[in-house]
Amino acid sequence: MTIAVIDYGMGNLHSVAKALEHVTHENVVVTRDPRRIHGATRLVLPGQGAIRDCMGELERTELKGLVQELLTAQSKPLLGVCVGQQMLLDHSEENGGITCLGFLAGQVRRFDYDLRDAKGERLKVPHMGWNRVMHHHDHPLWAGIEDGARFYFVHSYYVEAKDDDTVYGTTDYGGTCAHVAVGRGTVFAVQFHPEKSANDGLRLLENFVNWAP
Amino acid sequence: MGLAKRIIPCLDVDAGRVVKGVNFVGIRDAGDPVEIAKRYNQQGADEITFLDITASHENRGTTVDMVERIAGEVFIPLTVGGGIRTCEDIRTMLNAGADKVSINTAAVNNPKFVREAAERFGSQCIVVAIDAKQVSQKGEPARWEIFTHGGRKPTGLDAVEWARKMVDLGAGELLLTSMDRDGTKAGFDLGLTRAIADAVSVPIIASGGVGNLDHLVAGVTEGGADAVLAASIFHFGEYSIPDAKHYMAEHGIEMRL
Repeated sequence: MTIAVIDYGMGNLHSVAKALEHVTHENVVVTRDPRRIHGATRLVLPGQGAIRDCMGELERTELKGLVQELLTAQSKPLLGVCVGQQMLLDHSEENGGITCLGFLAGQVRRFDYDLRDAKGERLKVPHMGWNRVMHHHDHPLWAGIEDGARFYFVHSYYVEAKDDDTVYGTTDYGGTCAHVAVGRGTVFAVQFHPEKSANDGLRLLENFVNWAP
Repeated sequence: MGLAKRIIPCLDVDAGRVVKGVNFVGIRDAGDPVEIAKRYNQQGADEITFLDITASHENRGTTVDMVERIAGEVFIPLTVGGGIRTCEDIRTMLNAGADKVSINTAAVNNPKFVREAAERFGSQCIVVAIDAKQVSQKGEPARWEIFTHGGRKPTGLDAVEWARKMVDLGAGELLLTSMDRDGTKAGFDLGLTRAIADAVSVPIIASGGVGNLDHLVAGVTEGGADAVLAASIFHFGEYSIPDAKHYMAEHGIEMRL
């Protein structure tokens, strides 16, 4: 039983690996070795920084084909985090437009430059901090997590999935509804950082470790 | 209902130990950063910031060990500041488990370092710390300048201009400290906080001068800060994090309770 955190050179992989180790006795490895990724029982696809760099590194490390193959095969649970969520969509507006993995239909958009809260105060981009996640559809990964619980976010672009049945969680930011948890089959992906979201984040990771889709 | 304002306790660490310690009931080792970080996490702190004041370069390895130990047990965002001068320093801290680093003097000495760091690691983990002092006289329009060396050395840089420049270069967040107020317990410099909050698009952490919970409220409502950072009022048990959060929520501020 091994959980592989896919290391294609982008993002803070140690945090997510440490959080997983905290909730499971299963072996957690951070790796880019295709054999180890194939051999793992569960996968985590992290991602941080610009999406062009993430997609570029995925290609450069020759892991793009493998990730696409694993997404299609639906043979084991995969958790996408942050840009690891965004990459699952068709396309992102970031960096002048980037083609993504196309596992889920939809777009990655930038938050508007002039978002305001109810009091008229300008909202900052990146959307950084703890915001509420509303459960849009039920999912085993929500077990024990309250509808509306707060998770930690850092992002300027957000997912807008096309198909409602792929949306599991939403977050409102200045009137924009971000699809912060999406998925299909054995894949679940979140915009927020469960590894930095205290008890609810650890619970979500624990649910992932116990998930048998 | 939306994004919560954040409360960030700040710990000064020297060679892997918390300076002056903290005064929590039942804590076994008042100087152990891991114990203290765990306690703040249990209390509901939204993030924790460590300011490394270790003087000698050789002892800085202890800070890396400390971050590693904390990151294995505390699952909220961790920021490390103090002595971050090169991309290698940033890499080391991120690998140890820090989520963000705070760059201060190195940004003043070489602003391009901020761009290099943001391009390499992403803006989300680059906090620029701005230490400012009011330089305008009574009756003049308010003006603040950047100071280094703990507020002793003026740089001639206008604080609002500097903040804009740091964001243009890729800072993902600004940690703003009023050197006039730091340690006074007289409250944040709200004019400074508001001027910078209105000038830039990224989140602002207000720091310097917190003496009571009304100061935290004012930092957000009048200063426009997205987060408030404080040290002594939390460390010495005057107020707990839940006290502060409930007080702010009672004053209409969205908090994570």
